[in-house]
Amino acid sequence: MKYIFYVGILILGACKQQPQEPQIQFQNPSNFPEPHYNLSRNPVTTEGFKLGKMLFFDSILSRDGTISCGSCHIQSSAFTQHGHDLSHGIDDQLTLRNAPPIMNLAWQKEFFWDGGVFDLDLFALAPIEAHNEMDESIANVLNKLRKHPKYPQMFERAFGTSEITLDRFLKALSQFQLMAISANSKYDKYIRNEGVTLTTDELAGLELFKVKCSSCHQGELFTDLSYRNNGMIPQRFKLNGIDTIDTGRERITLNPNDQFKFKVPSLRNVEITRPYMHNGSLRTLEQVLDHYQTGVKDHPTLDPVLKQNGKLGIDLTNDEKKKIIEFLKTLTDEEFLKNPILSEENP
Amino acid sequence: MLAIIASTIVISCKKNDTEPAPNPNLTGSLEVEFENFVGTQKFAFGTTYTNPNTNETFTPSMLRYFITNIELKASNGTIFTVPQNDSYFLIDQEKPESLKFTLNSIPEGDYNEISFTIGVDSLRNTKPVGERTGNLDISGTAQGMYWSWNSGYIFVKFEGSSPQSTAVDQKYRYHIGGFGGYSSKTINCVRKKTLSFGKDVAKVRTNAAPTVHLITDVMKLFNGSTQLKIADNNTVMFSPFGINIANNYVDMFSYDHVHND
Repeated sequence: MKYIFYVGILILGACKQQPQEPQIQFQNPSNFPEPHYNLSRNPVTTEGFKLGKMLFFDSILSRDGTISCGSCHIQSSAFTQHGHDLSHGIDDQLTLRNAPPIMNLAWQKEFFWDGGVFDLDLFALAPIEAHNEMDESIANVLNKLRKHPKYPQMFERAFGTSEITLDRFLKALSQFQLMAISANSKYDKYIRNEGVTLTTDELAGLELFKVKCSSCHQGELFTDLSYRNNGMIPQRFKLNGIDTIDTGRERITLNPNDQFKFKVPSLRNVEITRPYMHNGSLRTLEQVLDHYQTGVKDHPTLDPVLKQNGKLGIDLTNDEKKKIIEFLKTLTDEEFLKNPILSEENP
Repeated sequence: MLAIIASTIVISCKKNDTEPAPNPNLTGSLEVEFENFVGTQKFAFGTTYTNPNTNETFTPSMLRYFITNIELKASNGTIFTVPQNDSYFLIDQEKPESLKFTLNSIPEGDYNEISFTIGVDSLRNTKPVGERTGNLDISGTAQGMYWSWNSGYIFVKFEGSSPQSTAVDQKYRYHIGGFGGYSSKTINCVRKKTLSFGKDVAKVRTNAAPTVHLITDVMKLFNGSTQLKIADNNTVMFSPFGINIANNYVDMFSYDHVHND
């Protein structure tokens, strides 16, 4: 009799067991520096992440319900808008720049190509309120969420209260974005000695990269996070009918020395984030390397590393460019691009 | 006769007794009221004003400004700083209730000077969102008073229409802000103003809450160390010219009178 009783408990226990949900936890890759984002202020939790993910892919954030964050930040392209030189916003309007990847944001100090936003938690306000992106007031977004059948309950689970505030809304979005970590490329596994080797060409490319590129694309994030003029020709263009010139970092600092400077982007997943540069004007990695070899245009704010001994550009041979590209492709992180936890198809 | 004199003395003594010296261990409150003017006329939306300096005419449609980090100085030199978390106010002509605010927990005293910041200090501008609640909540009271693409509060927003504006819609728009920059230096339009009450004092007592009445003359936003002409600058937002306007708007404010009840 006693025996049967035990069996009963076991069966009950087994029935209660639901499919295990993955527990979300922020982990610092061993080859990365310490994150810049203050995680103690907003610890990533499973419920906070789930809420942030739902918000990220929800077009309720836009004025007419047509645009979500995920519209311009697509996972399979490392959360960029694949193939678009300038990203597309509401009413098919163009934005000023190419959508940067949402990737390893915990290590970013400032956001946007011009660094205009200095806290990840403040970031989402800009695309929501920009007239050519989501064109919605943040107050209205929060009101829509408050009336939504699901969100108040999700805020309750994430933050212990169903009261939806700006702070909690932004923190949830940050939690999702913080988990978009790309640190499992072939290069990472090689550098962490995880039994992966690079080919002779890839290794040669890495050595060339260190000499030719790493003064800006530094460290394990492949950027020193600085703002530099990389010799792209500044061009006037019509943006939604308005004559425009993108002066880059100068828009933020109003300092003429910052004119046409843009943030040095990370090169992780660079193979699949084309087109390139702040305006998406270069379509292939070959074109990018060609630019640095022969396309750099002089300008008073041109970065000095691109004009050494009076010579414009970076000294490169065709063979060297090929090897550097071979190396850059080892930064593609298939696990990140297909990570089911980050996938829109897997709510 | 003597009796009358004696009783007069008694009465005057008694009168003094009813106004005891302020006890700094007790606290009271003080109300600050802003009244917006254009020159000598009261500010009203839809009214057309003429700037005597430039002969330009303008019809305002929006006026908002941040008054923050308030300090009160008593006639004995004591300074009371309003606790920072409670020291952010947005004056919005559209919302009559915003034109006055009450400062609480002020030590009893005879105050004869007020200081405040026009704008939002750099420290608060860089605080986490969770510390920007109340009048600084950009999804609430401070809606429209924030540049989301270039993190920072707009300090003063003054809009309207003018036949002198060359903008397509004949509007003028002054959105002035800039706290000095986060990682790189940039414009700083934070300004501090100190206003003396002259011979007046605001007698803050546990049972007496005086009202200090201040005047904001928007005409001075045009007419100051820089002559702002709508014809030349119909739109000033985040730009170096904003500094000129900030140098003008710091002088918009003046003390008018105090009510001690």
